[in-house]
Amino acid sequence: MKRFGDFVAVDGIDVEVRSGEAFGFLGPNGAGKSSTMRMVGCISPPSGGELRILGMDPVADGPAIRARLGVCPQLDNLDPELTVRENLTVYARYFGIARRAARERADELLDFVQLSERADSKVEPLSGGMKRRLTIARALVNDPEIVLLDEPTTGLDPQARHLVWERLFRLKQQGVTLVLTTHYMDEAEQLCDRLVVMDGGRIVAEGSPRALIERHSTREVVELRFAAESQEPFADKLDGLGERVEVLPDRVLLYVPDGDAAVAEVSALGLNPANVLVRRSGLEDVFLHLTGRTLVD
Amino acid sequence: MLTLVLPRLVDVSAVSRRSASVVERNVAALKSVYWLLLLSGFVEPLLYLLSIGVGVGALVGDLPLPDGRLVSYAEFVAPAMLASSAMTGALAETTFNFFGKMKYMKLYDGMIATPVRPFEIALGELGWAMLRGSAYSAAFLAVMVALHLTTVARALTALPAAVLVGFAFGALGMAVSTFMRSWQDFDLMGSAQFTLFLFSGTFVPAQAYPTLLHWLVEVTPLYRSVHLIRGVTLGVGGWAWLLDVLYLVAMMAVGLLVASRRMGRLLYP
Ligand SMILES: Nc1ncnc2c1ncn2[C@@H]1O[C@H](COP(=O)(O)OP(=O)(O)OP(=O)(O)O)[C@@H](O)[C@H]1O
Ligand SMILES: [Mg+2]
Repeated sequence: MKRFGDFVAVDGIDVEVRSGEAFGFLGPNGAGKSSTMRMVGCISPPSGGELRILGMDPVADGPAIRARLGVCPQLDNLDPELTVRENLTVYARYFGIARRAARERADELLDFVQLSERADSKVEPLSGGMKRRLTIARALVNDPEIVLLDEPTTGLDPQARHLVWERLFRLKQQGVTLVLTTHYMDEAEQLCDRLVVMDGGRIVAEGSPRALIERHSTREVVELRFAAESQEPFADKLDGLGERVEVLPDRVLLYVPDGDAAVAEVSALGLNPANVLVRRSGLEDVFLHLTGRTLVD
Repeated sequence: MLTLVLPRLVDVSAVSRRSASVVERNVAALKSVYWLLLLSGFVEPLLYLLSIGVGVGALVGDLPLPDGRLVSYAEFVAPAMLASSAMTGALAETTFNFFGKMKYMKLYDGMIATPVRPFEIALGELGWAMLRGSAYSAAFLAVMVALHLTTVARALTALPAAVLVGFAFGALGMAVSTFMRSWQDFDLMGSAQFTLFLFSGTFVPAQAYPTLLHWLVEVTPLYRSVHLIRGVTLGVGGWAWLLDVLYLVAMMAVGLLVASRRMGRLLYP
């Protein structure tokens, strides 16, 4: 649990992350993901409840725990007065890593995130995505057992995102525990063994990506676009078709077990949508269903 | 017994290692522009010494010490310049620079995600400030010896005294900086610093002030620093220095404690 004054940011969540697992926190803005990550990273003491990391207490054993964690915060906090390489070597020194080993490790990691060419450049002129990659590299400088990644790929171009995913996947294979937050559903589906969806400081769903889709959505989704001002009247006629009907400004979504069968039923009703798309249902459907489509503050 | 003592010893070595890593970071960040700044910190007290100590000194003539000895005005003013330059040097690093690193560079937000703790950051930054401060003091003492304002032996004793002054002011400045909201607040601090510089028995013996002011001045930190260093460079005997040293050590301890507490509050929301 985490309180800021009277405001409860994280309101009693119960999760257990197993060693070697990739665990994700999803949730809309302000759900309490970063607050949770900061508590796990031992840089924000919990206001209540019990928290154990690597079997230790974050308040009493902060330094010992942090020595074995790697942290990539939501906002980059690289050292602007140092070069790219120095950012890694100096950071390694904070962990007590010997100078030589730090230099070798830095070169390895720069290679890992493909920043070797910029090694002697300052941090400031780097692009946002390069800074992000450097922050990720910095999180790995102490060979951590657990890596905490708060929106690791936000702001990255598709190439860089795939690069990061591939690197994270490799870490997972090496037995490193990954805990990450993300707003990208494809990222969660690709990387996470298990995840929770948070909303308003609470957990609203938990499970593997597959299990969540099975539990909270149908197997397929039919997207129908009608050539008319409003989709509303068509939706009324579709009522009762499939498990759920959802109306968006430009289309109607049918949540159904079998898409093609549903399309046939739509034609049987005499409706003539301008555009029909049948697709498998994904994590995004689950997310939107659980946390609502509108922005609530 | 060993199991009781050993973890503490390990802790001390871990604390100093981690503080040292903070100093190392500053060494790595040291770039060429900084050297000019370093130079100015040395030149300023020297200018004061030459213009006031030697220039005004020619008009003022010799001053009597409490023990009856007569000393030249330059001899009287030089240790005060040393004390205030130790103060200024340390403060520059632990106020402006420290505040910028914490509030704008968000430097410590990255550090605290490692085993380094706020107390170790405070200690490291203070140690760094004193590397710079000690260099100033040593250079200034060398000039004093060259101008026959003190002896080599006394200068060697005065160096650790000046370093202590720097540590004490550095810690105090850091503690105060954690309460600063914006750069504007530093104007106030600059004024306070200048007032101290003028009224700490720097240019005239404190005995010359009205009694009430005299008493007030005696409890201010720069007065104690000037008193300590002047005692050393002029070779005044007795135990009066002990009070100054205790005062400055206490100031350093309280400053460090408050600074690391406040940093903990600010960095671990
Ligand atoms: N230091 C703080 N002081 C006061 N309130 C805070 C603080 N940090 C976070 N909050 C509040 O706690 C709530 C949860 O914030 P948090 O950063 O954990 O959300 P998040 O799930 O990471 O959101 P996002 O997806 O936007 O990153 C927000 O309402 C935020 O305003
Ligand atoms: Mg966040």
